[in-house]
Amino acid sequence: MVEAASYRFLSPPRKRQDAASTSPRCNDQETISMSPIPTLLRSLPHSARPPKPNRRVLPGFGLTLGFAVAYLGLIVLIPLAGVFLRASGMTWEEFWTITTSRSVVATYKITFGVSLAAAVTNAVFGLIAAWVLVRYRFPGKRIFDGIVDLPFALPTAVAGIALTTIYAETGFLGQFFYAWGIETAYSRIGIYIALTFIGLPFVIRCLQPVLEDLDKEVEEASATLGAGRWQTYRRIIFPAILPAWLTGFSLAYARAVGEYGSVIFISGNMPFRTEITPLIIVKYLEQYQFAEATAVAAVMLVASFIILLFINILQRWSESFGKARS
Amino acid sequence: MHNSKRIHRTSTLLVLRALLLSTPLLILGCGKKDDEASGERVEFLNVSYDPTREFYREFNRGFARHWEEKTGQRLNIDMSHGGSGRQARSVIDGIQADVVTLALAVDVDALAERGLLPRDWQSRLPDNSAPYQSTLAFLVRKGNPHNIRDWDDLIRPGVRVITPNPKTSGVARWNYLAAWGWALRHFDGDEAQVLDYMTKLFRNVPVLDTGARGSSTTFMDRRIGDVLINWENELLLALADRGDDFEIVVPSVSILAEPTVAWVDRNIDRRGTRAAAEAYLQFLYSDFGQELAGKHFYRPSNPAFLEKFEHQYPDLELFTIDDIFGGWATATERHFSDGGVFDQIFQR
Amino acid sequence: MEAKKTMHAPKLHRFRASSVPRTRFATTEHPAVRWLLTGITVTFLTVFLLFPLFTVFHEAFSRGMEMYLASFDDRFIRHSIKLTLMTAAIAVPLNLIFGIAAAWAVTKFDFRGKSLLVTVIDLPFSVSPVIAGFVFILIFGAHGYLGPWVEKAGIQIVFAFPGIVLATTFGTVPFIARELIPLMEAQGRDEEYAAMTLGASGWRTFFKVTLPNVKWGLFYGVILCNARAMGEFGGVEVVSGSISGRTNTMTLQIQQLYFDYATVPAFAVASVLAFLALVTLILKNALEWWSHR
Repeated sequence: MVEAASYRFLSPPRKRQDAASTSPRCNDQETISMSPIPTLLRSLPHSARPPKPNRRVLPGFGLTLGFAVAYLGLIVLIPLAGVFLRASGMTWEEFWTITTSRSVVATYKITFGVSLAAAVTNAVFGLIAAWVLVRYRFPGKRIFDGIVDLPFALPTAVAGIALTTIYAETGFLGQFFYAWGIETAYSRIGIYIALTFIGLPFVIRCLQPVLEDLDKEVEEASATLGAGRWQTYRRIIFPAILPAWLTGFSLAYARAVGEYGSVIFISGNMPFRTEITPLIIVKYLEQYQFAEATAVAAVMLVASFIILLFINILQRWSESFGKARS
Repeated sequence: MHNSKRIHRTSTLLVLRALLLSTPLLILGCGKKDDEASGERVEFLNVSYDPTREFYREFNRGFARHWEEKTGQRLNIDMSHGGSGRQARSVIDGIQADVVTLALAVDVDALAERGLLPRDWQSRLPDNSAPYQSTLAFLVRKGNPHNIRDWDDLIRPGVRVITPNPKTSGVARWNYLAAWGWALRHFDGDEAQVLDYMTKLFRNVPVLDTGARGSSTTFMDRRIGDVLINWENELLLALADRGDDFEIVVPSVSILAEPTVAWVDRNIDRRGTRAAAEAYLQFLYSDFGQELAGKHFYRPSNPAFLEKFEHQYPDLELFTIDDIFGGWATATERHFSDGGVFDQIFQR
Repeated sequence: MEAKKTMHAPKLHRFRASSVPRTRFATTEHPAVRWLLTGITVTFLTVFLLFPLFTVFHEAFSRGMEMYLASFDDRFIRHSIKLTLMTAAIAVPLNLIFGIAAAWAVTKFDFRGKSLLVTVIDLPFSVSPVIAGFVFILIFGAHGYLGPWVEKAGIQIVFAFPGIVLATTFGTVPFIARELIPLMEAQGRDEEYAAMTLGASGWRTFFKVTLPNVKWGLFYGVILCNARAMGEFGGVEVVSGSISGRTNTMTLQIQQLYFDYATVPAFAVASVLAFLALVTLILKNALEWWSHR
């Protein structure tokens, strides 16, 4: 079990899944360890172990928590609070007028709409890819599995210029699309391509550990009991992976909504047509319209909070789901 | 086997531990390095708009030499380029520009409004602080396949027009105003028809880049669009570079664009660079500056140099922003403010 | 591995041993379906991942090796590389210390508001990078809350190195902490308790007991955080002011070169970052492989 567990932990996007499901999955037998002490501990019967000490037994609580909170406060929370503080200086009408003006609403539609399309694409293809990468063998599998994290490690600006080059009218793939009359660059399709790229790892990396954990025996049992393959998918596999699938989907969505670097190169940035919300914030900034930039930024922040909250609820769900299963 | 693995483990641990312990040192070290960079050389920053890169690259070398000969002070002249509006924003937010050389007087006005320089900045240098002028022209693909001759050809269905976004780019505002000026004349002042023309024009625009350079790249390298409206100097430069692929089309009328320059009083007084900043801008009016402007396809404000480079500028009728729009302030308020005419055109 | 399986499903093993008839594709798919699914996966990953990666190097070397190398013979490009390295050299260690502190607090103690803390760590991940830059303008810009104070003190924060570091740090806060927390959670606290009972000091416990268990995860967190820090774009674009040779990081230099007709140099700089991304991925896979053994 050591191998499987540590492999899983090293995969970055899976960590959320792991965080959610560590408690049910990681019982004593699974804990990875290289130091001799735990072996000793494990050899003791459960009752012989020291009783769960109170939190002051280990040192550093005040120091580490204090530092972590102060750091988050200084780098993340206070700066973000600045947006709301600035926004609170506006009247409600001003705020409402800015954030519901036609040009801004058009950017919401594009940002949230195209992100949704990209996340759905990733959910569908991510499910297939995760299944194939876990269940099948094929040449080059190791490479494909390894490269899944590329959008995580490749800077968005680099992805932006590369995708634009590929999908422009003269590009490697763009030439075919344009020949069919599909404008792949400088259109919503371009945004969709960039956002799909950005969100690609999440669904796959969320699903892989869950699929690996599925007991094949259960499927066999289901088959032996006379269930057809579809029935097994629907009744056994799908319910088991649903929380992880939705988590991956929402992570991909969250990432896409905030994305900026890769999109601005490929989108064409046309107001009402291909302008995303982060870009309109930048544009307001560039026209020294601070109030407008602040108001739209506040809306985006609230949207991020909501999506994050949703992801948290999903993770709780998958955690309790995991507990129920084990 | 077991032993070697253990050694391996220990060494990784050592590395990690070293990494942890060295963090504060790293931070200190980097801070120090930053300080050392500013030696005897004086840092100097010119915040400019997009297509001036080549011109100022050469000009800066010339001025640095001139200044060192004159005063013995060595200047490290840095440039920041981008859409004119965006650049003004950076200065307002605190970028330490010694001088600004922007595409629009209204962008410098925005700095004056916030107290960075006096409101009468434009009268401090000759020719309304515009050492060089330019205008707009069209760039089409070789052979002019869409047969584009003038402004009315731009609204034909199927013609794709490339221009940057007037909200962020200086040249885009000139483009917009030139089209408006032409239409106003063409339709004998019937604003409904002008608005209709402008709407059709912007319907033909597939990409709105944030700056002039971005638009050129879109048109020339990405091969998007059938006609690019851009600075005359930018197009002449492109033609000098890649004349086989493109040709310039000169419309019947266009607007006289006057990019303006100013020193930023608040920054230079704090940094003690006033002498250099003033000399830098005055040097633009010198023979060296004017010659260089002509060489980079700007129209020098000095008539002698304008005549010298006469041959390279297409012959066309030019109107000024004051002629038709009553100056920058009114034009900006009416056309480019939030919910202004430009926004309305996009919503139609 | 085996032990666990038998433990979980011993009955099924026996069940299978009996001669209950099974359909051929009861627990897997028809070969045609497998081929189809594999084909879809390979195509999807090739088009979306391999093509962009390939394009970066293809464009960078499109005019030959000489042009590629000549691209780096440029004061501005060199400076952007130096600036990016310096930025990462500050942002990554800061987030490393934070990540360890946060992971220790979250996994070794129980306290109220823990899940809130974990959520806040995730926050920079879902906040648009543009906002990450914008907030620092709101605070330290000439018209920001601390703007006048900063100006009086003669410090330049936005449009200078500190602003770039701040925006980069903001964007990369979660990476190391997020790598460590699940690992240390899985680790439990017993080993540390035991070490403490045996008389080890807190630091010694951390270095001798905790760190060895999480070192690979920590190492991967650091290289991932580094790749992200060097690739930061949106936030940095807002606070940098794009001064070539002063505040242009590598990604900003790429943007400028790209819009400057300089396709080869733009992709040459991009290829350095793409190479870094590749190294990150290879290290990750190597680490997994190591810990597999």
